[in-house]
Amino acid sequence: MPFKNLKEIIVRQDFFSPGHGLCAGCGAAQIARIVMKIAGKNSIMINATGCLEVSTTTYPWTAWKVPYIHVAFENAAAVASGIRAAYDALIMKKKLDKDVNVVVLAGDGGTADIGLQALSGAFERGDRIVYICYDNEAYMNTGIQRSGATPYDAWTTTSPAGQKTLKKDLMGIAIAHRVKYAATATISYLLDAANKVEKALSISGPSFIHWLQPCTIGWRYDPKLTVKLSRLAVKTGLWPLYEHYDGFNKLTVQVPRRTPVLEYLKLQGRFRHIMDNQEELAKIQSYADELATKFGLGPVTE
Amino acid sequence: MGRLPKWNEMQEGFITNTLSESINKTGTWRTFKPIIDHSRCTKCGWCVIYCPEPCISFESSGDGKVVIDYDFCKGCGICAEECPIKCIDMVMEE
Repeated sequence: MPFKNLKEIIVRQDFFSPGHGLCAGCGAAQIARIVMKIAGKNSIMINATGCLEVSTTTYPWTAWKVPYIHVAFENAAAVASGIRAAYDALIMKKKLDKDVNVVVLAGDGGTADIGLQALSGAFERGDRIVYICYDNEAYMNTGIQRSGATPYDAWTTTSPAGQKTLKKDLMGIAIAHRVKYAATATISYLLDAANKVEKALSISGPSFIHWLQPCTIGWRYDPKLTVKLSRLAVKTGLWPLYEHYDGFNKLTVQVPRRTPVLEYLKLQGRFRHIMDNQEELAKIQSYADELATKFGLGPVTE
Repeated sequence: MGRLPKWNEMQEGFITNTLSESINKTGTWRTFKPIIDHSRCTKCGWCVIYCPEPCISFESSGDGKVVIDYDFCKGCGICAEECPIKCIDMVMEE
């Protein structure tokens, strides 16, 4: 049953405890919290290396109230496949009667760049796992190096004049593997995101969620704007919220009137160098228009 | 806390102590402190769900008002920014 309002999510128990070392206003904490609220007690969390891992499991403590395993960048999906196979075997031998949710949380570096081959393998084998990529659009944990998911013109320490290539289309890669369920989500539309996690958990095959997460350090903005920025990403059309199920794309959050991309870019320090450059701004706007045409979003209105 | 086992003293499949991260009182990181005006609060729960810590919750006893656990609040200000009726104020910590 899909959730109808936020209250239904709020009353659920938290399996992610406060006191972790993530930055004030970090979106990854919110993603972990919502995912654990929906997945519940009966789940195993696999975490690739990244911000979320280093700051929630400082030895000898843990912020997770569920079984948790940390693996390297490369093999989060492969480890999830192994755990799935082990549980499937135990259930088949009737040594266990309860099923578990196998959930992977990995950053964009661990998904789009380093972990892509393991992810591709898990998709191709059809293992029943939920792979969630929290995308903060660079390697934030090691000091804001560019990744395959860094958007066009964004500043990072290894692209000081702005990234000159477009963001890697992870959803396209997942859909090309014919996964049963793939979706995009973001932290400002939590009801939509919660329903997508719920649906992903119920699928009998691999499912993938690409979750945009503003990063206060790497995107260079005031911590209080985390939710506002992720909302603007949807409103400008740069992050369309859709799901892919049974071979069809379906828009889940319609944007009848789009905001100009400038509203989104001017709040972030990583785009400061193009603020006076009309040519580059027009390029980003045309990219947003392209996405809007593809997914059927509304026109830009001031 | 006593001496912790080192990496070469751990057994295979070592399970870390079930000590929670909640032992770290991250409230000391804070510069601005969120204060809720309870006379205007409608208990919509937006601050509860958007808090990344999570350290905002509905009080289980009494009239179920929204309470902030200042032991953990890092003072990011998302609650004040997202509050639909703007009844949360960020004041400088003393």
